[in-house]
Formats: sequence, structure tokens, C-alpha cells
Amino acid sequence: MTTAQVSFLLEVRSSKLWHKATNLLVRLVWYVGLSLLGIVFLLPFFWMLSTAFKEPGQVFAYPIKWIPDPIVWRNFVDAWKVAPFTRFLQNTIIITAFCMVGEILSCSLTAFAFARIPFKGRDILFIVLLATMMLPPQVTLIPTFIIFSKLHWVNTFLPLIVPSWFARPFYVFLLRQFFLTIPTELEDAARVDGSTRLRIWWNIFIPLSKPAMATVLIFSFIAHWNDFFEPLIYLNSQSKKTLTLGLTTLRDAYSTQWHWMMAIAVLMVLPCLAIFFMFQNYFVEGITMTGTKG
Amino acid sequence: MGATSLPTVASSRTWFRIKSSESLQANIDGYLFISPWLIGLVLFTIGPMIASFVLSFAQYEILSPIVWVGAQNYREIFTSDALFWVALKNTVYYVVGSVPLRIIIALTLALALNQKFRGTRLFRTIFYLPSVTSGVAVATVWLWMFEPTYGVINNILRLLHLPTPPWLGSLDWAMPSVIVMSLIYIGPMMVIFLAGLQDVPEHLYEAAEIDGAGTWMKFWKITLPMLSPTLFFNMIMAVINSFQVFTNIYVMTRGGPANATMVYMMYLYDVAFRYVHMGYACALAWVLFVIILAVTLVQYKSSGWVYYEGRV
Repeated sequence: MTTAQVSFLLEVRSSKLWHKATNLLVRLVWYVGLSLLGIVFLLPFFWMLSTAFKEPGQVFAYPIKWIPDPIVWRNFVDAWKVAPFTRFLQNTIIITAFCMVGEILSCSLTAFAFARIPFKGRDILFIVLLATMMLPPQVTLIPTFIIFSKLHWVNTFLPLIVPSWFARPFYVFLLRQFFLTIPTELEDAARVDGSTRLRIWWNIFIPLSKPAMATVLIFSFIAHWNDFFEPLIYLNSQSKKTLTLGLTTLRDAYSTQWHWMMAIAVLMVLPCLAIFFMFQNYFVEGITMTGTKG
Repeated sequence: MGATSLPTVASSRTWFRIKSSESLQANIDGYLFISPWLIGLVLFTIGPMIASFVLSFAQYEILSPIVWVGAQNYREIFTSDALFWVALKNTVYYVVGSVPLRIIIALTLALALNQKFRGTRLFRTIFYLPSVTSGVAVATVWLWMFEPTYGVINNILRLLHLPTPPWLGSLDWAMPSVIVMSLIYIGPMMVIFLAGLQDVPEHLYEAAEIDGAGTWMKFWKITLPMLSPTLFFNMIMAVINSFQVFTNIYVMTRGGPANATMVYMMYLYDVAFRYVHMGYACALAWVLFVIILAVTLVQYKSSGWVYYEGRV
């Protein structure tokens, strides 16, 4: 290469045009790469939807039929009737609702104390709380099961609901972090007026921490709606099962009726997706809190 | 200030009394407020933990009386329980296969989404999506995706003229399939990385640019060290959680074929709730607990690579 050529190339490199071109290339790679990955991440959802709306004959068609034709709504009705899914849905709603109420009340009370009441031993107990967040649940699993079975609570909703009324460390932590950001002035004024701490908690902290409350409620909903392990070990009669157990039951009984299983899967995933789309920022906030301040 | 009276002995005493009754009240209120958690801690955590340790030295089938057998459960686990070693080996396979890949994917996605391009929010939503629907429904969908003849994965592979293994049905491919499926649950990890990236002070990059550092240099010398605490946190949590993998395995394979995906929690579940060997299951739970604890401690001990700002 002659010096003239080299200097020409250097000139091109430093020119605006070159800069623009590389910028464009970076952008292109970025969009193409993320889009391909995005397709991979969406494929399960697409496959689920596509199968849920297919005629049974098309489920096993070769070559594969991506878009169902005709679109069959009946699968949802049929699948719903194969097993008592109305009952499963009711059970899931009851368990989820009671757990959410229990968790929000017990966790916000506990969090309020850790954030605002200067009681003896608070710091040590808070460390204990953080430590229990890391504790793998299996070490407590079997005695807890034995206790509940001795109480004749197996095959009732109680083993799933009652522990939720005794606070979950992760939510306590989340709410405490939020309570710490609430200015003390309001509370001081209320104390001067003679308000009890219970009133301050209920009248000031609960209304002021709606975003944190919403985050906890959302996480709680997702966790209990999708819960599988606890229903699996505690609920065994058909009339007590939840949706997650219902789906595994369906799978055991009709292992090749994929259009039914996918229809139920769609219905189960739908509320979670709806909540996620509505409250996406709360998810991000809550998750971020665990990672950065933990 | 001048007009207010100086505290007399008497008033300072009442002040002291008020103060002490206030701190008494604070103690009472404090413990009342945390009582849900404290009672729960005793009833559902500490109590059962002790009970589970005690029971691990017994044979107990719930309906029969407890028979104390000393350390026999532990001896059996380590010397004559072949399935324990299979389960442990599979679990380690899963952890080693899944965690590093998940961290790399989550970090790469976070780096990509930290760019100020249009559409980052949409992509973040898409990558987070599987994590809110986790559980039985998604595992069932993947079971169907992995179906050897009609599943979507082998259909695509056939289209590309690639080999089509029977995935979950094959001894060699079952565990890799489960690991591949676990890779879509990177949502929370990605969001935590993103938050970590946004905390890296901009002036560090500006200073590096003045010194003529390129993109790679900036990544290795600034982004990665500044992100190392976040990376460490994600790693610890991912390892702890992966040792306890259960739902996906239960739904997709139940530990099969021929125990190829028999992970620790699946085995523990079988021992406790299918065969009702509660004492033995407690011993298994404690062994897993100690393993997780040891692995976590080793990670802490070897965390010299983690850079904490402000620490000399």
C-alpha cells in the first residue's frame, strides 16, 4: 500500500461518513440480534397459542401448521369440562386471595416496626430476617408437613394459607426499605396529637406506600397463582385441587391431548401476563430492590 | 430560648420518666408489631429446623412410632444409597450447566438493553415475560415443544436438516433439554444487572475516553469491576435456587428417563411423599442444606474478584 492510499484510508476512517456507517452497523446488529433472541423467547407462547386453537387433527400435522385454520375455540370449553376446572379455579382464587391479604397485613406490620420503632434487639432480629431469606425451604419442609398432618389439615387449604399470615421475609424487607424513605415529619405530628403507632401505620404508612404495597401484592399473586409444590404435597382430593395441579392431572389422564393442555395453559398464563403488562414498573422496582440494596 | 425556664430537678425527672415510659412503649409496640413474623419464625422456621435435625436420626413413617437409629440414615446416604449419588451428580450437572449460561445471557441482554436505542422497553418486556409465567403451565408447553416427532423444536431442526434427538426421552439429551429450558428464566437477573449498570457513574467512562480507552477496554476495566457485586449476588442466588430445581423436572420428566434427570429435590420428594420415609428425608434435606451452605461459603471465600467501591 502506498502512503497515499494509507492516508486516504485514515481520512475515510476519521470522516463523518465512516462514523455514521459504523453507528448504523452497530444499530443493525443490535436490532437483528435482539429480535432473533426475542423470537426464541416468544416461541413458547406462540406454540402454546397456536396449539390451543388447533383442530385435534392438525396438532399432529406434518409439515407443521403454524397458524391454526380453522381457529377452534371449542378446545377451551372441552378442556374445561374434562376435569372440574371451575372448581380448580375457585380453589386457586380462594387460596391466592387469602394469602395476599395475610401477607400484606403481616408483612407491613413487621416492616413498620423494623423501619420505625426503636425497640431493643431490632438490628439483630433484622439480620435474622435477612438470613432466613437465604434459607433453603427443604430443611423445614418435612416437620411442617408432619405438624399439618397431625392437625388434620392435609387436604384443606389451611397449610397453604396460614403460613402467609406470619409474614414472608422478602416482602418485609421490601416494605421496610420503602417505609424508610417516608419522611418522619408526618409521623411526628401525628404522635404529638396522641396517635398510637397502630393508627400511624394504618393512616399514614399504608396510604403513603401504595407503590410498595402494589409490588408486594403483585409478587404475592404471581407466587401463589403459580404455586405447585405446596398444593402438590397438601391437596390430594380432586375437589381441593388448584389449577396447577389440575393441569398435571389433565396431562396424566390425556397425555396426547395437547390442544386441551395448551388451552388450559393459556388460561392459566393469561392473568399473570395481564398483571405484568399493567404493572411492569412495579416488577422492575421490586426486583431491583433485592439486587442492589440486599 | 431565653424565656423558657431552665429545667428544674423535678421536671428533668418527669422528663426522664416520660422518656423511659416511651422507650418501654417502643419495646412493647415493636415486639407486638413484629409478632406475626416472630411467631412464624419460631413455628415455621426454627421449630421445624430443629425437629428436622432431630428426626434425621430416626426412622419415622408418620403412622408408625418413631424409632431412633442414630446416624444410620446418614451412613446409608453416603455408603449404600446409589440413587442419592445419582441425584447429587445430576443436580451438580444442572447447576454447572445452567447458572453460568444464565448469567452470561442475562448480562449480555442487560448490556444490550442499557444502550439508548429505541425499543429497549419492548425487548425488556419480552425477555422478562417467561419469568412471570413460570411453573407448571410453561413446563407443560416445553414438554410439548420437546415432543420428538410433532414438537416445534424438532420440526424446526428437520427444516434445517439438522439431527432431531428425542430430547426428554433420551438419556443423554434429557438433562441438556432441562437446562436449555431453564435459560428462558433470566428476567429478574437481567433486571438486576440493568440496575447495576445504571449505577455505574458516568464520569468513569468519560475519564476513560479522555485516556483513549475503546469499548472493550471500558467494558473490562470499568463496567465489569463496577458490576462485580451485582454479578456476585446473582451468582449466589442462582446457585442456591438451582440446587432446589423441582417443578420443571416434575412436570417434564419426573426424574426420568432411567433417572437421567433425577435431581435432588425430586428424589427428596419421592422419599418423603411417595415412600413416606420421613426420617430419611430429613437427613437428605440436611445433607442438601449443608452442601448449599458449603458451596455458598466457598463462593464468599473466593470472592476476591468482587470490587467494592470505597474498600481499600
